[in-house]
Amino acid sequence: MQYPIYLDYSSTTPVDPRVSEKMVECLTLEGNFGNPASRSHLLGWKAEEAVETARRQVADLINCDPREVVWTSGATEADNLALKGVAHFYSKKGKHIITSKIEHKAVLDSCRQLEREGFEVTYLDPDENGLTTPSAVAGAIREDTILVSLMHVNNEIGVINDIEAIGQLTREKGVLFHVDAAQSTGKIDIDLEKMQVDLMSMTAHKTYGPKGIGALYVRRKPRVRIEPQIHGGGHERGMRSGTLPTHQIVGMGEAYRIAKEEMQDESTRILALRNRLLDGFSDMEEVYVNGDIDHRVAGNLNISFNFVEGESLMMALRDLAVSSGSACTSASLEPSYVLRAIGLNDELAHSSLRMTIGRFTTAEEIDHAIGKIHEAVAKLRELSPLWDMYKDGVDLDQVQWAAH
Amino acid sequence: MAYSDKVLDHYENPRNVGKLDDDDASVGTGMVGAPACGDVMRLQIKVDDNGVIEDAKFKTYGCGSAIASSSLLTEWVKGRSLDEATEIKNKDIADELGLPPVKIHCSVLAEDAIKAAIADVKSKRSNEEANA
Repeated sequence: MQYPIYLDYSSTTPVDPRVSEKMVECLTLEGNFGNPASRSHLLGWKAEEAVETARRQVADLINCDPREVVWTSGATEADNLALKGVAHFYSKKGKHIITSKIEHKAVLDSCRQLEREGFEVTYLDPDENGLTTPSAVAGAIREDTILVSLMHVNNEIGVINDIEAIGQLTREKGVLFHVDAAQSTGKIDIDLEKMQVDLMSMTAHKTYGPKGIGALYVRRKPRVRIEPQIHGGGHERGMRSGTLPTHQIVGMGEAYRIAKEEMQDESTRILALRNRLLDGFSDMEEVYVNGDIDHRVAGNLNISFNFVEGESLMMALRDLAVSSGSACTSASLEPSYVLRAIGLNDELAHSSLRMTIGRFTTAEEIDHAIGKIHEAVAKLRELSPLWDMYKDGVDLDQVQWAAH
Repeated sequence: MAYSDKVLDHYENPRNVGKLDDDDASVGTGMVGAPACGDVMRLQIKVDDNGVIEDAKFKTYGCGSAIASSSLLTEWVKGRSLDEATEIKNKDIADELGLPPVKIHCSVLAEDAIKAAIADVKSKRSNEEANA
């Protein structure tokens, strides 16, 4: 086994060796290094061909027209381009945007910026399972609403929004619909023929491709317009200028090709591992799964070990690479805003661990992780005054805490 | 975040973990922090007739720095008089453990805990004297 055991696939994935092999062919003098925008010679044409092949591979995974795929530097840029691009283009039509409280910061911070520019944003509360319901969206749509932006799969708890139902609703109302699919590509089916999504953000590095490349899907029928945010050269039909990084794009294409081919089998295998992991904690007291366990991607387990603080838990799990919703992992000292938005009390939010399983995870690694977590939780509960009080039958909610 | 060797040592081998009998008049308990903030410390001291701390125990819910701060404090207060123990400042703890700025609140909490424990044992004593 290789240490630390990697259980943080939602944060990023290693590049699949088949992907890196394709990428290195696009860098050196002997390789396909040309500028895809060079129209005057063979090297440019060859690079352009590689870029267009990759564009088709991305389009194939999400069932759209390759001309609807705009390369970006990643999902953060795609989110920025979608939100600001739509807001700026359609601002005469209206200035109201709807999103949810548990979106990725790339969406939330873009919304904050738009608010500073005079737009109005409604932040929907998810239900206690972490899902944003179509009826919640319907209730928030106004005359001047121009855009709804929601994530397909939540990065912390892995729950899956009903994009098809929400898309139907927004289309009926004549409101554009942007979906952040950074956490769903290659994990669950995305069919843009069926889903009435107008814009969709994607990234390569959460689907075994390289960091630094992503794409924004921009629907052609009915046509969606966006104002470019990066100017210079008019690449990508004017929507996103900048020389295309052939090796990155080829990497994303190959990663998405593999995803399409292997997704079904891979999900089955990963789900079995996740269930094995969850079963490993069934003999422990005061363990809670955060977010809907059924409407969830296979690889995600977000779980709280009550009365144990998340950062100290991660300290004991140094040979596991996992993440925590605990305050102390960030400089802000605030526990995860996602877990709080789904109604978790602060204790459970501080006590949470996110483990995400992926392509290279083995059963042996899962078993090792279960053993380590058992040991660590037992040790820290032994150290925890809250565990003592719980065992003595004290109701912690009734205690007057000296908050600091 | 990288932890100092001292924090790691106290985290791996916490000193004086446990519980003293709170009904004992010579035991003072300081419970500070809140679960909502991600830190709760319970620090207890047992004081002999000369006002010297003869034993100290703690339990802490919190990050590694919070655990280390309280563990270190129990080591420091043993054998000190109540007045000497009052002199311990959060900065002493933070310096000894090499806490980064974002973890200073852990040492503040430890200082609050010992102060609360001392206040508790003193009030128990004065109650006893009043009843005597």
